[in-house]
Amino acid sequence: MTGNNPNTSLVAEEDFHLTLGELCRVCQISTEQVLALVEEGVIEPAGPEPGLWRFQVLSIRRVRCAHRLTQDLGLNLAGAALAVELLEEIEQLRARLRRWERLER
Amino acid sequence: MEYRDYYKILGVARDADQDTIKRAYRKLARKYHPDVSKDPDAETRFKELNEANEVLKDPEKRAAYDQLGNNWQAGQDFRPPPGWGQGFESQGGGYTQMDPEAFSDFFETLFGRGGFSQGAAAGQDFYSRSGRGAQRGGNSHAKILIDLEDSYVGNARTITLKHSEFDADGRPRLQERNIQVKIPKGIMPGQQIRLSGQGEPGTGGAAAGDLYLEVEFKPHSLYHLDGKTVYLDLPVAPWEAALGATVRVPTPTGTVDLKIPPNSRAGSKLRLKGRGLPATEPGDLFVVLQIALPPADSEAAKAAYQQMAKTFQFKPRAGLGV
Repeated sequence: MTGNNPNTSLVAEEDFHLTLGELCRVCQISTEQVLALVEEGVIEPAGPEPGLWRFQVLSIRRVRCAHRLTQDLGLNLAGAALAVELLEEIEQLRARLRRWERLER
Repeated sequence: MEYRDYYKILGVARDADQDTIKRAYRKLARKYHPDVSKDPDAETRFKELNEANEVLKDPEKRAAYDQLGNNWQAGQDFRPPPGWGQGFESQGGGYTQMDPEAFSDFFETLFGRGGFSQGAAAGQDFYSRSGRGAQRGGNSHAKILIDLEDSYVGNARTITLKHSEFDADGRPRLQERNIQVKIPKGIMPGQQIRLSGQGEPGTGGAAAGDLYLEVEFKPHSLYHLDGKTVYLDLPVAPWEAALGATVRVPTPTGTVDLKIPPNSRAGSKLRLKGRGLPATEPGDLFVVLQIALPPADSEAAKAAYQQMAKTFQFKPRAGLGV
């Protein structure tokens, strides 16, 4: 793991989609947990059925956040789903607030 | 090693009952959870809270901790009393749910010599490494903080990742490694960059896992972002807004001359098409006009304002009904 030559640029992918299995592996959670998060509407896959689902990369962030909240704070999924959405909304509001505060200076 | 005052960390009295401790912990855990709090020290605080809770919620560990006495001050140099570690049934039972690297040396000395129970750590840490069963290496996660310009240009950035590895004695040791990442052009905040094979090494010759980097932008002094759209607040003089003007305007891709139409108002948005974040369909850059008033700080300036007052029969509060 160490001694990685910092001079080699790595190939970075950004615009990729994940299958159900990939999302589970990336976020280290079970299929059931992902299904439950889809059920709560925290993440919305494209595709007609679980076998053909494709998740956006932004799903990773949401799933991990929801998972951490359930683990660390004992929230249930509905609570975590609400928290994830509220946190994102706060983030957007903070960005707008920063902008207005800057204007006032 | 520094003594840690677990009661102080949770803000409870030394004789607090278990319910009080539980309530205090839950309240503070919500406040300092790194997903919730914007406090830069939130992650450290959250780990301290968990460590304190791990000890105080468990009557055995709490009793052992209390045995140290209450003459210690937080931060004081601490050495365990002679004979410490004998006769506590709970020895080795530490880290039940927690990430071993999250706990202090102090905790480890008191409760953690018996080794680590691995595997339950997933999701606890912001750079967590799974270490679970499968042959293929686990995936790793980290955050990367970039500048707006990096996304425009697709710069290469070197980032330092910290993670713990277990040495021959089974103790976690912090390792650092540097990797250079080419930032994909047009990446937006919250997006993930995947680096194949840069996660945890596989076992038995299997492939390594992937490294996922969550992209965050540093706040920019000039621009702010909404998706692919970039905004710039542009101060203009009242006469520039009223009469129209051509002014020099910075953009992330270089200075441009921007024509301000006559009779522009504060808050007017002028669009520079395609000058937002790059993409197949690039975002736009919006220049938002701000009217900057020149100060009336000289006789001539005051006279000019008085002249304006005479010239304009201007009723700015006409809409207020007064």
